[in-house]
Amino acid sequence: MSKRLIELSNISKSFDGQLVIDELDLYIRENEFITLLGPSGCGKTTTLRMIGGFETPDKGTIYFDGRDITNMPANKRQVNTVFQKYALFSHMTIAENIAFGLKLKKKSKSYIDDKIKYALKLVNLDGYENRMPDSLSGGQQQRIAIARAIVNEPKVLLLDEPLGALDLKLRQDMQYELIRLKNELGITFIYVTHDQEEALTMSDTIVVMNQGYIQQIGTPEDIYNEPQNAFVADFIGDSNIISAVMIEDKLVEILGAKFECVDTGFGNMKPVDAVIRPEDIDLLEPGKGSLDGVVTHIIFKGVHYEMEVTTPDGFEWLVHSTDMFPVGTKVSIHVDPFDIQIMNKPESEDEEAIPIEE
Amino acid sequence: MKSKSKVLSTPYTIWAIGFIIIPLIMVLYYAFTEKDGSFSVSYVAAISDPTNFKALMLSIVLSLISTIICLLLAYPLAMILASSGVDRSGFIVFIFILPMWMNFLLRTLAWQTLLEKTGVINSVLKYLHLGQINIINTPYAIVLGMVYNFLPFMVLPIYNILAKIDKNVLNAARDLGANEFQVFLRITFPLSIPGVISGITMVFVPALTTFVISDLLGGSKILLIGNVIEQEFKQTNNWHAGSGLSFVLMIFIVVSMLITNKYDKEGGAVL
Amino acid sequence: MMKFLKKFYIVLIFIFLYAPILTLIVLSFNQSKTRAKWGGFTTKWYGSLFRNDQIMSALYTTIVIALLSSLIATVLGTMASIAINSMNRRMRSVYLGVTNIPMLNADIVTGISLMLLFIASGLSMGFGTVLLSHITFNIPYVILSVMPKLKQTNQSVYEAALDLGASHLHAFFKVVFPDIIPGVLSGFLLAFTMSLDDFIITHFTKGPGLDTLSTKIYTEVKKGIKPEMYSLSTIMFVSVLVLLIVVNYIPSKGNKNN
Repeated sequence: MSKRLIELSNISKSFDGQLVIDELDLYIRENEFITLLGPSGCGKTTTLRMIGGFETPDKGTIYFDGRDITNMPANKRQVNTVFQKYALFSHMTIAENIAFGLKLKKKSKSYIDDKIKYALKLVNLDGYENRMPDSLSGGQQQRIAIARAIVNEPKVLLLDEPLGALDLKLRQDMQYELIRLKNELGITFIYVTHDQEEALTMSDTIVVMNQGYIQQIGTPEDIYNEPQNAFVADFIGDSNIISAVMIEDKLVEILGAKFECVDTGFGNMKPVDAVIRPEDIDLLEPGKGSLDGVVTHIIFKGVHYEMEVTTPDGFEWLVHSTDMFPVGTKVSIHVDPFDIQIMNKPESEDEEAIPIEE
Repeated sequence: MKSKSKVLSTPYTIWAIGFIIIPLIMVLYYAFTEKDGSFSVSYVAAISDPTNFKALMLSIVLSLISTIICLLLAYPLAMILASSGVDRSGFIVFIFILPMWMNFLLRTLAWQTLLEKTGVINSVLKYLHLGQINIINTPYAIVLGMVYNFLPFMVLPIYNILAKIDKNVLNAARDLGANEFQVFLRITFPLSIPGVISGITMVFVPALTTFVISDLLGGSKILLIGNVIEQEFKQTNNWHAGSGLSFVLMIFIVVSMLITNKYDKEGGAVL
Repeated sequence: MMKFLKKFYIVLIFIFLYAPILTLIVLSFNQSKTRAKWGGFTTKWYGSLFRNDQIMSALYTTIVIALLSSLIATVLGTMASIAINSMNRRMRSVYLGVTNIPMLNADIVTGISLMLLFIASGLSMGFGTVLLSHITFNIPYVILSVMPKLKQTNQSVYEAALDLGASHLHAFFKVVFPDIIPGVLSGFLLAFTMSLDDFIITHFTKGPGLDTLSTKIYTEVKKGIKPEMYSLSTIMFVSVLVLLIVVNYIPSKGNKNN
C-alpha cells in the first residue's frame, strides 16, 4: 500500500491527572479511510485533536510526511477538521464560511468564487452561497462544514463524529456521501465515531480503542471476523464470548463439549476465550450437533430471528437464524470450525468485554 | 394553561401600566404643557439654553469617554475570564453584587479620600517619587467615578456572550489557517458584538444621566444634565422644566434601547 | 508570561473595584472624624453606631423596604414570568420590552416619573411611595432571573404531572417550582441588593422625614459623613462576605448546580 503520511509515536496525554492516551503508536497511510472507533472516553477524539493541532501531547512525537509537527499550531498544519456540531461561523454567510480559509491564504477573488461553486456542487448544495448557517438543516450544515474544510485542499481531513447529530436515515445517506467524497478527492480521511456500523461501512482501516489503548487495528472484515480480545468482540456486533480450554491445536473444549476450530499455537490444555458470532451458529436436531440445549427466548428482528438457547450448564447462547424454533424446542448447536475465534484471556481491564451494551 | 396564565399576568400587567407606562406619560405631559395646562414646547426647547446645552454636551462627552474606557478595560477582562472557565456565579457576585453591599454613595465618596491632594494615591505616588495627580473636583474625577461605578455593567454582557461561544468555532478558524489575532478579529469580536452593544447602553445611559457622581466627585462647580434636572425638581420645583429636559434625555435613552433591542432580542445578555 | 499578565490584569481590576471599599473599612477604624486624615486606630464608632438613633432608624427603613419590596417583587415577578413564558411570541416581546424599561431607562427618569405620578394621584410621599417605587424597579430583576430557568424546564414534566392526575396548582408547585427555585432565589437576592443600594429613585419618591441609608448619607455629604456610617457599611459588607464564603465553600456538594 501507499506510504505512511502521519505517524504517532509513543503518545501520552492526560487531563487533570487523568490519563487519556497511554503510549499510543499509530500510523496512517496516504489515501486511507481510517476510523478511530471506541466508546466515549476511550481517547479517540483526543487523538484526533492532537493530529489537528488543538491539543499537544504530554509525551511522544507526531510526524506528518516525515516532519515533526508535534508543536506546530493548528493554523500551520496541512490538515482540516470537520467538527462535532459543525462549528460554522454563525455571523457569516455560507459563501463567507467556505471562503474563510482561502481568504486567509490571500487567494484571488475569482479563484475563491470558483472554489465555493465547486465545493457547494460537491456537497450537493449549489445556490446556497448567500444563506446563513442558522437557516440550514443539520444535514446541510454538516455538508457546509465539509465544504469549508475541503476547499483548502488538505492532505488529510479529520472528521470528529460528524454524523452524530443526524437522524438515522440521513446518517446512512451521509455515509455513502462521505465515501464518494473521499474517492473523488483522493485524500486521507481520519474519522472518529462510537458507531461500529458506521466504522464497518466506510473504513479501509479501523482502529478500535478503549481506555487510551489501541485494542486492534485492521480491516473491517478482520475486526469483525477475528476480534483479538473480548472487548473488540463485544464492541463490534453481538457475540457469544465463552470461557474455553484449548485442548490442542485445532480442538477446543467449550462448556464440556469439544469443537473443531482452525486456531493453532495456543498450547495444550490452555484456558482461552472463544468468540462465536450469533449468525454463525447452526441449530440442528438434538444429538446431531456438538452441544444440546433448549430455546428459551425468541424475538423477531425483521431479517432474522434472535433466539436464546440455554445449554445444561446454564449458559445462554445468542443465536441469529432465519429459521424459527419456538420456545421449548430442543436443539443442538453446531459451529463450523472457521467460525470459532480463539482469544487469549484478557491481561488487563481495558481488554475485557464491556459490561453493558451501549 | 392559557386561562391560568391570564390570571397570573394580570397583577403585573396592572403594575406595569400603573407604575411604568403611566408615569412616563406623565413626564411627557409635563414636558409639553405650561403650568396652566396649555400645550407648549418651550420646556423641551429649553435644552438650547446655554447653561442646559453646555451641561448636556459635557454629559455626552464625559459619558462617551467613560463608555470607551469601560469597553477597553472590560473586554480584555471578559476575555480572560471567559477563557479561564472561572466559576461564573462566583465571579458575578464578586464583581457585581458584593460591592453593592457597601453603599453606592459611600463607595464613590471613598474616591475623594483616595484622590485628594494629600490622599492615599498621592501619598503612595509621593513615596515612589512618581509625581502627583490632582484630579479631584475636575471632569477627570467624574469620568473615573463613572468608570468605577459602571464597569461591571460592561463586563457582564461581554463576558456572558464570550462564554457562550463554542470553543470549536474558534478552533475551526485556527484549523482553516487563522492566527490568534485573525481569530479575534474575524470570529471572536464579530460574535461578541451584541454583548458589546448591550454593555455600551448599560454604561452610557446611567453615565449620561447621573447627577450623584458629579455631585460627589466634581465639586459643586461642574453641572451635568442630570444635575440640572435634579435641581429643577428638588430645588426650583419647576416640574415642567425638569420634565422637558428629561424628555430630551429620554430621546437618547430610547435610541440606545432600540439599538440594544435590535441586537439583544431576548434581553438576556444583560444579566 | 501570558498567564502572569492575565492574572496581573485581573488583580489590577479587582484593586480598582475594591480600593474604595477597603478605604471605607479603614475609615471605620479612624480616630479622626474627617475622611482626610488618619487619627489613629479606634473601634469606638462601632459602639456609638448602635446609639445613633438617626442611623438606626435609616437602617431599619432601608431593610424593611428592601425586604418588603423584594418579597412582593419576587411573587409578582415569578407569576409574571410563568405567564410570559406561556405567551405567544408577540405578546412575550411586548411584555419583555416593557419589563426592560425600568432596567434600561435612566434612574433619574424613573424616579421623576414616579414622583410625578404620586403627586398627581395625591399620595403623600413617604414610606408607601418609596416601597411602591422599589417594587417597580425590582420586578424586572426577578423576571430576568426566573425566565431563563423557566425556559430550561421541560414542559412535558408539567404535562406528565397533569396526566398523572395533579391539578394545575399542584403540578406547578410539585414539579415546576422546584426547578425554578434557584432563579426565584437569585432574583430575590438581586432585588434585595438593588433596593438596598438604590439612592436616585428613593431620592425622588421619599417625603421629608423619611430616610434610607442612601438618602441619609446624601444629606450628610455636605455636613460631613458621620464615621458611624463607615462602621455600619463595614459591618454589612463583612457579614455578606462571610455569608457568601460560608454558603459557597462549606457545603461543596450543593453549590455545583446553581
